[in-house]
Amino acid sequence: MRRSVRALLLSDGAGYLSTMTRLPDSLKSWFDARGWQIHPHQRAMLERAADPALLLIAPTGGGKTLAGFLPTLSELADASRNGLHTLYISPLKALAADIRRNLLIPIEEAGLPIRVEDRTGDTPASRKKRQRADPPHILLTTPESLALLTSYEDAPRMFAGLQRVVVDEIHALAESKRGDQLMLALARLQALCPGLRRVGLSATVEDPEAIARLMAHGDQPCEILQADPGPDPDISMLVTDQAPPWAGGGAAYSIPAVLEQVKRHNTTLIFHNTRAQAEIYFHNLWLANEDALPIGIHHGSLDRGQREKVEAAMVRGDLRAIVCTGSLDLGIDWGDVDLVIQVGAPKNVKRLVQRIGRANHRYNAPSKAILVPANRFEVVECLAALEAVKEHDLDGDPRGPGPRDVLCQHILIAAASGPFDADALYEEMRGAGAYAGLTRTQFDACLDFCATGGYALRAYDQWQRLQQRPDGLWQLRDPRSATRIRQNIGTIQDTDTLKVKWRGRGGAPLGEVEEGFAASLTKGDTFLIGGQIVRYEGLRELVVEVTRDPGRKPKIATFMGTKFSTSTQLSDRILRMFRADDWPDLPPHTRDWLHLQREVSHLPEPGRLLVESFPHDGRQQLVVYGFAGRNAQQTLGLLLTKRMEEMGLAPMGFVSTDYATLIWGLDAVTDPAPLFDLEALENGLDTWLAGNAVMKRTFRASATIAGLIERQVGGQRKTGRQATMSSDILYDTLLKYDPDHLLMQITREEAMRGLVDFARIREMSERVGDRIDHLRLSRITPLAAPLFLEPGRVPVNGLADERLMEEEVTRLLNESGLAQVETKPAWRVPW
Amino acid sequence: MAPRAVHPLADIALACQEQAMNTYGFTFHDAVLQALPSGALHWPEAAILVVSDLHLGKSARLSAVGGAQLPPYETRETLQRLGDDLSATKAQRVICLGDSFDAPGIEAALPQEDLLWITRLQAGREWIWIAGNHDPAPVTLKGAHRAEHTEGALTFRHIATADGRAEVSGHYHPKARLSLRGRSVTRPCFLIDDTRLILPAYGAYTGGLHCDAPVLSDLMGPAAQAILTGPRPVAIPMPRRARAG
Repeated sequence: MRRSVRALLLSDGAGYLSTMTRLPDSLKSWFDARGWQIHPHQRAMLERAADPALLLIAPTGGGKTLAGFLPTLSELADASRNGLHTLYISPLKALAADIRRNLLIPIEEAGLPIRVEDRTGDTPASRKKRQRADPPHILLTTPESLALLTSYEDAPRMFAGLQRVVVDEIHALAESKRGDQLMLALARLQALCPGLRRVGLSATVEDPEAIARLMAHGDQPCEILQADPGPDPDISMLVTDQAPPWAGGGAAYSIPAVLEQVKRHNTTLIFHNTRAQAEIYFHNLWLANEDALPIGIHHGSLDRGQREKVEAAMVRGDLRAIVCTGSLDLGIDWGDVDLVIQVGAPKNVKRLVQRIGRANHRYNAPSKAILVPANRFEVVECLAALEAVKEHDLDGDPRGPGPRDVLCQHILIAAASGPFDADALYEEMRGAGAYAGLTRTQFDACLDFCATGGYALRAYDQWQRLQQRPDGLWQLRDPRSATRIRQNIGTIQDTDTLKVKWRGRGGAPLGEVEEGFAASLTKGDTFLIGGQIVRYEGLRELVVEVTRDPGRKPKIATFMGTKFSTSTQLSDRILRMFRADDWPDLPPHTRDWLHLQREVSHLPEPGRLLVESFPHDGRQQLVVYGFAGRNAQQTLGLLLTKRMEEMGLAPMGFVSTDYATLIWGLDAVTDPAPLFDLEALENGLDTWLAGNAVMKRTFRASATIAGLIERQVGGQRKTGRQATMSSDILYDTLLKYDPDHLLMQITREEAMRGLVDFARIREMSERVGDRIDHLRLSRITPLAAPLFLEPGRVPVNGLADERLMEEEVTRLLNESGLAQVETKPAWRVPW
Repeated sequence: MAPRAVHPLADIALACQEQAMNTYGFTFHDAVLQALPSGALHWPEAAILVVSDLHLGKSARLSAVGGAQLPPYETRETLQRLGDDLSATKAQRVICLGDSFDAPGIEAALPQEDLLWITRLQAGREWIWIAGNHDPAPVTLKGAHRAEHTEGALTFRHIATADGRAEVSGHYHPKARLSLRGRSVTRPCFLIDDTRLILPAYGAYTGGLHCDAPVLSDLMGPAAQAILTGPRPVAIPMPRRARAG
């Protein structure tokens, strides 16, 4: 939601409101007094207010949210009634609060008898309690808070009389498990309030029908209303005198040109694909910011207080630019944004179009955006993306059936709210679009998992989590476990992060880094956070303590942010571009670079597979240009490293992008052909389930959602003595003793859907046949260079670990002087 | 009956070779000991195998308190490993250093199959259960139940004491982390200094306490070593936290 009331207020031209038959007089005269116009799609929403479900697709700035609320305001304006009338769900807490402020303007000024409140994780407990006893007319909340509300025993009373549900930014929710959970919660509400009407509000998407099917309840229809998409965006690629670097994601070369653009515009959003890149860019931007333009930074790893400060400054119009990540893809109205700059390859055309929309200042003016390739490969990708935007060729892959880990959590939530009937719950769940095809057998397996753990070995029937009563209803064996279930509601997976604070008493929080990153730090290492260089001092009670370190070059600047899953459509466009003899549309530097790659090595071509190997950075590198999309390249990395391990090549890890996989190890690959035997790869698919990091990561996420692993909340983590076992141990145990367990099935399913995508490897293999071009080179190639800076490196734990450990142990022993002591056969401690 | 090898160690060395097991040998108060990859301690001369913190029945205990139901396989996983170590070392005596069971009386909840397995492992062996904080009372299983046990110069108890000498204990589930060219590996570990030896947890569902935690840094002397478990046990100086400012 960006414009809400404001969009309406800003609309020009005389409004004629006679068609708004259902708009109450108080609201009508409020509009009339200001001479405001109503958009056609807002009118349509009013006219179709009785529909069981509606999906409104409108560009940013189209007054989408007000369109969603007009029927509610109309219905509540005249009759005074008590109780909840409309539930508004947004993916962001901040959005819920912002909408409340915006809604209060017409409500107060038109004197409507409507109570609006928001309810999120940040709402004080006392208000939450009151909201359950005496709900407002309009409640603004998030999917997680709604799920929590449905878990209380008094849910039927609280939701009695609910008329409408408005889901904002449904396009963002539809792509994630948060959306699946929300739709299950709506199915629950629909059972409590059979007449419930649903409205979905969405930005431009490639497949509105798919979202409409999600919004619809069961077989009921969901009409799609399309607002005028507005003029095409004014979008270009940044042209600078200086060429982008050969490699890297920093785009430091663009700083002067970007600063120039910031000066020329009111407010500029500078989007980055990863937090690390945003940090580096922000740092460099300030080094060059001679005019001291007020520029802020905003990303998901920053401390909440810091983010809120930046948001507030932005709303006040105090900032000329804000360096950000996907954390600003959605969100409150930023006021005067008139330029969006995307630094780094856009990776996904649909998301690019939605980001560009952030600069939509006035409804009828084109959004302005500039793409800044960070390196020369990204120049190619940016050009491909520009073409795709011009051709309105949005990308996106259909989602499969609803994930069953979310289903398990929903069953537990149902149990927390009170005894339930399995048949009724099954029917209710199938009312949620993604679960329409759920079989009874699948449902029963989930129920069994929730009740007993669902293990092949039925060990502790006396301690089942859920028990069936004599009357057939299911209930919690121990009512106290309802609290634990509620504490674990949600599908957002936080990676384990550690807080970063200034050292010293009451040190201010700076943000968070991933635990894995913190583990790799030694005292004295420097890294960037919140735009500052800090020095690592040590770990204290799970807090990373740092000190200021001005003027030093950050040695390490990597921590993982949200990674884009990249579109294969763009990859295909790029491969087709490579076919050309020359590329007149590309800037000379990139053109020359592609020619250079062609000269030094090869350019990847459709129908062939380019494989390069060369030594670099003390390791042997192998690059496979499969152009199969990130997920398939990731799987390829897993399967290839597994085969390399078997062949004794001691691979140490790999990293994948949309177009290539880079594998590093201790030994060189001399003949890659045997590695690419499709049959062997496919056979490997089952066996690699054993013990690789990606599968364990997938398992951990699903096991947490399904309620097998409980989130560690607050203080629990501090008591290091009760260190919990890692989810890896559970995974290994199930793999060994119960490989067909529900959670293992879900893990495989999730991995196939998300991270594996073996179909595309097969497709690639069929495409290239035995046409593998292997080039052994003495050094890194132009096209391979960017891969070395990709985040998301996956370690391979095997031979290399033991070999490296020996090295390190020798080093440590030498250092401590212990190496002089004879260590075998029976080493004596020298005391 | 086949003739016995002359030296008791020869037999064991052979067995370890057959199992292709890498062990880490060291001497502690004149006892020649071996740290096994699994986290068990082998005293060949005394034909003793020492294991600590098995936490059998942990999934049962967690189920009982209404939490998630963990896969009920940790007992057989742990027993499987113990069985393997026993056949590899041919140990005649077993000392379990406490917290063998995750809660008092939880052995009653173990599947019959698992209980039989324990009985099979005990057959023909002397078995000593040391009391732990999770299992302070004697278990209803065969074997001797002791608060602590002395064997030669060594004293075996669950929790290390401040003034312990030649003391072998468990309880803390120590683990250590090594940074290897930008990657880190964490392994359960033995801790050893001139007065005490602390064993890692042997049970399948056990977390760990980083050995740079204050309680362990305070307990262990300045020259303490950590022996990392894993396919090839190795010793390093015990990692310690950098002292704050």
